[in-house]
Amino acid sequence: MTAGQVALVATLALPALGAAAVALVPARADRAGRVLGTVFAALALVASLLIYRPDGGWFGYAPANRASAVRPWHELDLTWVPGLELRFHLGVDGISYPLVVLTTLLTLLCCAYTVGRSPGARPGRTLVALLLVIEVGVLGTFLALDLVLFFLFFEVVLLPMYAVIAGWGGDDPRAEAGAHRAAARKFVLYTLFGSVLMLVGVFTVVAAAGTADIVALTGGAGLSRPVQLAAFALLAIAFAVKSPLWPLHTWLPDAHTQAPTVGSVMLAGVLLKMGTYGLIRVAVGVAPEGARWAAPVLGVLAVAAIIVGALVCLAQTELKRLIAYSSVGHMGFVLLGVATLTATGLQAALIGNIAHGVITGLLFFLAGAIKDRFHTGALDDLGGLRERMPALSGLLGYAAIASLGLPGLAGFWGEAFAVVAALRRGGPLWTTLAVIAAVGGALTAAYFLRLLRRVTHGPASPVVAGAGGAPIAGVELAAWAPLVVLALAVGLVPTLVLGLAQGPVGALVEAVR
Amino acid sequence: MTQAVDNLALLPAYLAAGTAVLVLLADLLVARRGVTVATALLGALGTATAAGFAAAGPVRATFCGGLPAALGATPPDCSYVADRRAALIALLFALLTAGVLALAAPALAAGAAPVGEFCFLLACAMTGGVVLGAAGDLITLIVALETLTLPLYVLVGLRRRAVASAEAAVTFFVVSVVATAVALLGAALIYADTGAVHLDLLAAGPATPSPATERLGRVGVVLLLVGLAFKVAAVPLHAWAPATYDGAPLPVAAYLSTASKLGGAVAIIYVVVGALRPWAQVSGVVLAGLAVLTMTVGNVVALRQTRMVRLLAWSSVAQAGYILAPLGAAAVDAGRTGDAGTTAVATALTYTVFFVLLELAAFAAVVALRAPGADGGRIADYRGAARRHPWVGAALVLALVGLAGLPPGLAGLFAKVAVVRSLLGGGAGWLALAVALNAVIGLAYYLRVATTLYGRRTDDAADGRARVPWPVAATLGAATLVAIVVGFAPQLVLDATAW
Repeated sequence: MTAGQVALVATLALPALGAAAVALVPARADRAGRVLGTVFAALALVASLLIYRPDGGWFGYAPANRASAVRPWHELDLTWVPGLELRFHLGVDGISYPLVVLTTLLTLLCCAYTVGRSPGARPGRTLVALLLVIEVGVLGTFLALDLVLFFLFFEVVLLPMYAVIAGWGGDDPRAEAGAHRAAARKFVLYTLFGSVLMLVGVFTVVAAAGTADIVALTGGAGLSRPVQLAAFALLAIAFAVKSPLWPLHTWLPDAHTQAPTVGSVMLAGVLLKMGTYGLIRVAVGVAPEGARWAAPVLGVLAVAAIIVGALVCLAQTELKRLIAYSSVGHMGFVLLGVATLTATGLQAALIGNIAHGVITGLLFFLAGAIKDRFHTGALDDLGGLRERMPALSGLLGYAAIASLGLPGLAGFWGEAFAVVAALRRGGPLWTTLAVIAAVGGALTAAYFLRLLRRVTHGPASPVVAGAGGAPIAGVELAAWAPLVVLALAVGLVPTLVLGLAQGPVGALVEAVR
Repeated sequence: MTQAVDNLALLPAYLAAGTAVLVLLADLLVARRGVTVATALLGALGTATAAGFAAAGPVRATFCGGLPAALGATPPDCSYVADRRAALIALLFALLTAGVLALAAPALAAGAAPVGEFCFLLACAMTGGVVLGAAGDLITLIVALETLTLPLYVLVGLRRRAVASAEAAVTFFVVSVVATAVALLGAALIYADTGAVHLDLLAAGPATPSPATERLGRVGVVLLLVGLAFKVAAVPLHAWAPATYDGAPLPVAAYLSTASKLGGAVAIIYVVVGALRPWAQVSGVVLAGLAVLTMTVGNVVALRQTRMVRLLAWSSVAQAGYILAPLGAAAVDAGRTGDAGTTAVATALTYTVFFVLLELAAFAAVVALRAPGADGGRIADYRGAARRHPWVGAALVLALVGLAGLPPGLAGLFAKVAVVRSLLGGGAGWLALAVALNAVIGLAYYLRVATTLYGRRTDDAADGRARVPWPVAATLGAATLVAIVVGFAPQLVLDATAW
């Protein structure tokens, strides 16, 4: 085993070991369990950083005899279940690497946040263990180079996330009892619906191609047109549920509203990315002909998501719900980028993914902090936050402005270049889509400014004036600071992500063309 | 014509039948509860060991109609074929019997049912199951299946002083007898058409096809399948199952939903792959239709259940649909009698093995959470059970999640993956979609039970931490451990069931 392979396995194994270790910690040592889990999450972050291969950009590591569009920096290929075409085949390249690091980073921040702020009556160590299991599933999805393995890890995430929402969610005292369980059930059934369609799609491909190796399959090698169309349709619906793409997004607002803060952060920051990553790597990569066939439909739906998300946000009165719906709009930009099937569009989608993970993660952390202090998320009750908590409201302003796509912050690149890619694609359809998407971008600015006006400006509302408003704690600052820095760093130096992805995306576009 | 009987081939069957006789004698002569149960348990484990050795040995056949083509070759037209899959099935039946005996031990100790009768009947049923796996003709098959089922009529009614139990027994008896009669009629019509009952002769097709009797054969095929579908409780022939399961003592309900279901599935597999190959078009349509109906109705009705055993019963109805689906798909596609058919049969058997394992674990956990001799109760009674018994609760959740086919229940996940893979490989995409969508409905009710286990009790009249009796704990532990192992190494099961 090379050092790279060891790092690859360690990235996946450390959270798994951590989850098992934390689960065995007895109830009286709850805090120790949370700390232990955080240590494992930190080790996983270190392992994921070690995967990086500086020369791995354009040429990457590729055996000479293989001319595939996927050229992993490191690869590990072991037999697992030959009877089901399942191989334990992991690999990482410039498309997946930024997402891997985002995942390990956000999980660490969530675990650390849980150490500082115990989630009330329910045991915090169990929550940490579940976060680590979710991390295993997400990382496995990003690292898998075998379709069946990809599916397997895709499903690993479902039940732990259900447990997080159902067990630790619903802290809103005004919500009816059991609302969080209903939201969790909606989440798990909806996303399982997506992933069973993916199972059918995966084996449609495997049955036709005789292999589940993503490296071999990328570019649609040897798949007939009907197979590709069927496979793409199934896979695209599966990933559209996860992303989520309008009109399959209805599980998202409920899940986000009811989930605990760390659950929302994980959900928005990394779980949604599984959908868009899958769309790029699996659906587009394996069934390019299907992708070309469905691209206009995807583009129209993506733009519809942008507009619908923005309009719903303009009418939202609840903080977390508003951020959740803003995710629908942002993922719409990402999907628009994918739908163009151009290098620019895919690049925009990738950086949009990362930016959304960082910024929306930060927004949910901040929303959680506000709800912790004032026990309400209603915009009407939160006026005048700036008077009582200038630092918190300043951070919220920063995150909101980053999210609306101000140049110089992370949110700008993904949205701007998705529109540019659609314009470059040319033709009446794509030009129209680009224009509407740009209008959607303006609406995004409108609702975030409305949010800021309602929450931070004006005189302090009775709720804000009456509550204690504890100052920002050290653990909160520690959890937010990396995201604040990253939002600025990715905004100023987009090559952090784009440089890595340039080679693989170019190769993918070549293969898909 | 006289011929030598290959006693070695029959060894597992001898051991199973011997167990029944020994248990009867032990109960008569020693008349001590522990001895009787121990005899039955040892007999079951002995049968399992013999079956395990048989799996490693060569194919043995006896009661044959033809002569071997070459010296040492397996002769054709045999009524009893002890090959590797027969050994696997015998092994499963023996282990399930041992497990159910262990689950019943506390209830028997509490005097919920007469010990001697219980053990004897269970051993008889095991004999039927062991012979069933080796059946080579339709008559042996149906007789073995009946030997498996007949003792269960009595076992279902064995709960003392329980009207529901008696009702369940009568329902089960009436339905099952009708089903057997229908299956026998079907076999007779097929015989009238072809003049053969041996599976391999039937598979080869009639020597001189005659249009006059050909229609008769087709009716026979449908009747035979319908009769066997009763045994796996396939919709619309399922109505007996929930009432029977719920009325039966818990361990017997466990046996019904594992061993009895395994028996029905094996019978259908044998009949479809062997005897009915010439009628694949007919049997395929019947099976595919049954499969879709069964999984959909089973899952949808399970959503509304409020009693634990009824929920498990309806869920096992749905699971039967997943078992039938690959068979239906393979048979519809009559052209591919070769590879795809083989995969489909192996897949159906694989799914059955995974299902039986998880179902046993689920029932063992339910038994562990209830007082000895109690029935399954309402699902609401289990609120907070996992807080009082964290390990049992975790095992039950693992089994339920496995039945739903999701990680961390990897065994169930791979079972579902195998079915979908086989269906798509056989070109039955619509069946694969039906299976996939049903998995979503299934999760809804499994999740409801799992969430209830971790819910907060509203009344604080907690009945304390009653200790789980060790035989139940051992069975639960073993079943869970095996489920975890085959979850990570499903290839073990795939290899064992390869046709």
